[in-house]
Amino acid sequence: MKALAARRHDRRAPIVLLLLALLLTGGLYAVLAPTSADAAPAAASTDDVKAGEKLFQANCATCHGPSAAGTQSAPSLIGVGAAAVDFQVGTGRMPMQMNGPQAPVKPVQFDDEQTAQLAAYVASLGAGPAIPTADQVDPAKGDAANGMALFRTNCAMCHNAVGAGGALSRGKFAPNLWETTPTHLYEAMLTGPQSMPVFGDTNLDSEEKRDIIAFIDQQGEATPGGLDLGSLGPVSEGLWAWVVGMGLLIGAAVWIGAKSS
Amino acid sequence: MSTTTTPTPLGRAAAGTADYLDQRTGLGVAVKTFARKIFPDHWSFLLGEIALFSFVTLLISGVFLTMFFVPSMAETHYTGPWDSLNGVQMSEAFSSTLRLSFEVRGGLLMRQIHHWAALIFMASIVTHMMRVFFTGAFRKPRELNWVVGFTLLILGLLAGFSGYSLPDDVLSGNGLRITDGVIKAVPIIGSYASYFVFGGEFPGQDLIPRLFTVHVLLVPALILALIGLHLLFVVLHKHTQYPGSGRKDTNVVGFPLFPIYVAKAGGYFFTVFGVIALMAATMSINPVWNYGPYDPSPVSAGAQPDWYMLFLEGSLRLMPGGAEFVTWGNFTVSLNVIIPAMIVPGVLFTLLAVYPFVEAAVTGDKREHHVLDRPRNRPFRTSFGVAVLVAFFILVLAGSNDLIATHFHLSINDITWVFRVLFFVGPWLAFIITKRICLGLQRKDRELVLHGHETGRIVRFASGEYIEVHKPLDAHERWLRVQHDNIRPLEIEPAEDARGVRRKGYQVDRIRQRLSQVFYEDRVEPVTPSELAAAHAHGHGEHDEIAADSHEPAQVGGGTHLVEPEGETTTDGRNPQV
Amino acid sequence: MSTHDNTSHDLEVRDGHTSLDRFEDPGHPEHKPRLGDLDPKANKKAERQVLFLFGISVLGTIGFVIAYFALPPGDTANSMRTSNLALGGALAFALLGIGTGAIHWAKALMNDHEKSEERHLQASDAETREAAVNALKDGADDSGISRRGALKGAVVTAVALFPITIALPLIGNIGEDWDVSKLKHTMWKKGTKLARDPSGRPIKASDVTIGSVFHVIPEKLEEAEHPLDEKAKAVVLLVRLDPRDIKSEQGEGWSYDGIIAFSKICTHVGCPVALYEQQTHHLLCPCHQSTFDVSDGARVVFGPAKRPLPQLPITVDDEGYLIAQSDFHEPVGPSFWEREK
Repeated sequence: MKALAARRHDRRAPIVLLLLALLLTGGLYAVLAPTSADAAPAAASTDDVKAGEKLFQANCATCHGPSAAGTQSAPSLIGVGAAAVDFQVGTGRMPMQMNGPQAPVKPVQFDDEQTAQLAAYVASLGAGPAIPTADQVDPAKGDAANGMALFRTNCAMCHNAVGAGGALSRGKFAPNLWETTPTHLYEAMLTGPQSMPVFGDTNLDSEEKRDIIAFIDQQGEATPGGLDLGSLGPVSEGLWAWVVGMGLLIGAAVWIGAKSS
Repeated sequence: MSTTTTPTPLGRAAAGTADYLDQRTGLGVAVKTFARKIFPDHWSFLLGEIALFSFVTLLISGVFLTMFFVPSMAETHYTGPWDSLNGVQMSEAFSSTLRLSFEVRGGLLMRQIHHWAALIFMASIVTHMMRVFFTGAFRKPRELNWVVGFTLLILGLLAGFSGYSLPDDVLSGNGLRITDGVIKAVPIIGSYASYFVFGGEFPGQDLIPRLFTVHVLLVPALILALIGLHLLFVVLHKHTQYPGSGRKDTNVVGFPLFPIYVAKAGGYFFTVFGVIALMAATMSINPVWNYGPYDPSPVSAGAQPDWYMLFLEGSLRLMPGGAEFVTWGNFTVSLNVIIPAMIVPGVLFTLLAVYPFVEAAVTGDKREHHVLDRPRNRPFRTSFGVAVLVAFFILVLAGSNDLIATHFHLSINDITWVFRVLFFVGPWLAFIITKRICLGLQRKDRELVLHGHETGRIVRFASGEYIEVHKPLDAHERWLRVQHDNIRPLEIEPAEDARGVRRKGYQVDRIRQRLSQVFYEDRVEPVTPSELAAAHAHGHGEHDEIAADSHEPAQVGGGTHLVEPEGETTTDGRNPQV
Repeated sequence: MSTHDNTSHDLEVRDGHTSLDRFEDPGHPEHKPRLGDLDPKANKKAERQVLFLFGISVLGTIGFVIAYFALPPGDTANSMRTSNLALGGALAFALLGIGTGAIHWAKALMNDHEKSEERHLQASDAETREAAVNALKDGADDSGISRRGALKGAVVTAVALFPITIALPLIGNIGEDWDVSKLKHTMWKKGTKLARDPSGRPIKASDVTIGSVFHVIPEKLEEAEHPLDEKAKAVVLLVRLDPRDIKSEQGEGWSYDGIIAFSKICTHVGCPVALYEQQTHHLLCPCHQSTFDVSDGARVVFGPAKRPLPQLPITVDDEGYLIAQSDFHEPVGPSFWEREK
């Protein structure tokens, strides 16, 4: 007891206690807090639209308005269609963390069922682009050569020749396309998210979109020349020429000039 | 050429060949002069060799490529293993590049060796040039060789630019479009100059074949000739050497050409080629099949030229647009293109090209120099070189601003503004900082010479005083730090002679003096024997006196804005001869 | 030029003599022997290492030959990559083996005593220079050129003029027809249909939805004599805005119900201005970041361009296809000297 008492009033005790308290609170919060604001646990509701509406009110209405007609912070969702919701929510872009012109990909907050419910709700508000079928987005059915020709003219200037991504103005950017699913690729073209223009079916029809998906699908494969260095072009090539090439060669030169032991 | 032992068959063959040649060419003289010629040894002398050997690599791989490349803009449809381009209409140039990359065994390897070698060629030229600049190897008698080297730099840029444009892909084609835009901006003759280069309107049918001739014949011929001249000068002048014991302006200390440098330089050629081959085996470069055949409509994000042209690209990106105007008479002057594409590079390159002549005029130095400078001993030159390098580097970074934006999640507009400011502020700051570093290093050298190395051994005297024992420099270490020329600003005769008559030529002299003050006023002078003796004398036996000494502090620069004279030779009892 | 040699004169008077107060060169440092010079075992080891390195090179060459025959590039990116890696890696070994072997031999085994050679002044000695000057003088006297001024002038004139015979046909032909007025016109005429790039299918006004962007070429571009030359001037970007968002246009009635067409050739140095940011209505050129505001007559809002993108006046024909009303009203693309004339 005396030993314990002797240590009880250590100067650092309050700090340690504070840290422990913070850890405990944080831990409890992480465990107990809902992963998303479920208005009610997923009850056995057969009406997806109604469930979607509830999710919408809890998670999206603050910015998009209670009737999805839009507010100053966010545009109207009437007429954007299920495809837009499936894309934005399915890639984690929505709910947005911070208002701004760029909605970056982040961890997805809803599971597939909830995403489908949200999509059903928004689709019910007004006619809009539908989620594509599996056939429409199957890379094996697309013509990669035509896809590349279309991609080169319509997409490469923002997303880079092979979809590695590129800069837009004022901190916005067009993201890398290699990790995006074919469905999300289709939906992005169809709905024109954020800064991206809309490539409706009268611009790029369904088959042309599938061709583009086939082309992007091939970009994940090996590069014939070796490491692709990010597929970023001459700047990265120049950087590696200096770092690897001149580095090795100057190292060799130092070795040559050094006296042998 | 007789031997005292029985000659081997190889020896007999060699002797026979030598005799045959000598009888017809007098080769013996050359062999006698050159076989055991002395070259000094330092790793930084190999940087020029990287350039030479990567050029040879370019020639070898280039010949291979010419066997398969078709320099024609005639239209064809691609049929080959690369699915994404099957059936696509393209020029013969692009199509033959694809065939070379995908169907010729070793073709892709040769293409990648060629392109990596080109990047290394330019990188090594720049590095070598910097070595020559910072060590003052451009001084008399090597000024002409500096000009030759500078011309090689420009020719290298031309060779690279014409080379990467040959495959006629979207990336390099947009580069050619930009070039056309720049040419059109030339006043008066711009549109005609554009027709001259492209054989009519852009893109025309003539450009690729013309670039091919430039790239394969004209520029390599000029480069080879100038390399020959460049090396001839090195042989004629003998190579410079770093300062050190036994090295003077009147000798060359090193190793003989045969066998040492035949082995080292020959070996280095294989090393350079080998490193380039290693890079070409493992790292993809210029994948033109991803960019697609040139068409004026598409463009890819990340549209940049090869690294050595990035300074031009950055310059074009940084210039604000307002500077174009229409003159009286309705003529358009596009300063927003002329300034970044012609004036800025013109100024930067001219500064580099004329620097040796400016420095010589300002120093009034007319003697030959064969011992190199340590960069710290020429603070103005070193700082100036760093400032110009920083300016170039900022332009290179500006040319990559979209990649910086995406990688560091920044706004490309903000990056552009920052570089606009940094382009002016950066070099100025770099100059000041480098100068201070040089002067600081020189002062450290002085310290070291006067007081020796700190040994970390503390000695306590009976009186109670503690001193740290310093180990004096040996003669070789000291020589390295005191051998440099002590250049002071020019002294000129007064404006009026003894009778008060104004002297003709005074104004010119005054300008030269002012210039030389800019170069040499801030300086730290090398230690002289009397200063060293004084430092030792004060050290001896007067350990308690840490007061200011009574002798003149050494000259450490004039003017009021300089190095502190005190503290350089103040006694501090640090040199008891222990 | 009366200036003094400005290297320092640290003169010091000692024992009645003046001498330069500078340190003297201590002479060559002592030679330090290598381990291999003292120990024959170490020497043998170094020799074995050199042999080993040359051996690696031979293995590399053999590997290269095997890879050449056994690993063709094939049809897939993977097979091409394998072939490239095998050939290149073997080549690298072949080369680096020789390189490192030769260098290690030089460093470890060859005689490493430094030697010294004298340098002489570059300038020839006075005798030689005098002889050279005299040789030239004698030659000039023999030629009599100093007395015959007319000859001097004549030879210079003739030699200076003759390059015209080479320059004239070269320069005269190299610019094709030299007709730079072509830069001021494009293929667009009244009634030319707007077509999709690269397929060439004409575009109906109803195809263009708000927020979309079409890359446009004139219909029947492929039938032109020089299609790429024409395309390089004629490419157009078509966007549709809400008509209420359009702040200004370059001409009255040049757009159709919010559908607005601009030249795609950047007015800076000619790259395709292709990045359309739907929300800000900005067109961004990827080459040097010139930014144009489509809702405000494509005026420049950032970057090195000065002039707005020229607008193509459009309307629809009776079938609903978008057509041009006329050519552009100014030359497209980068500026040139006589642009405004």
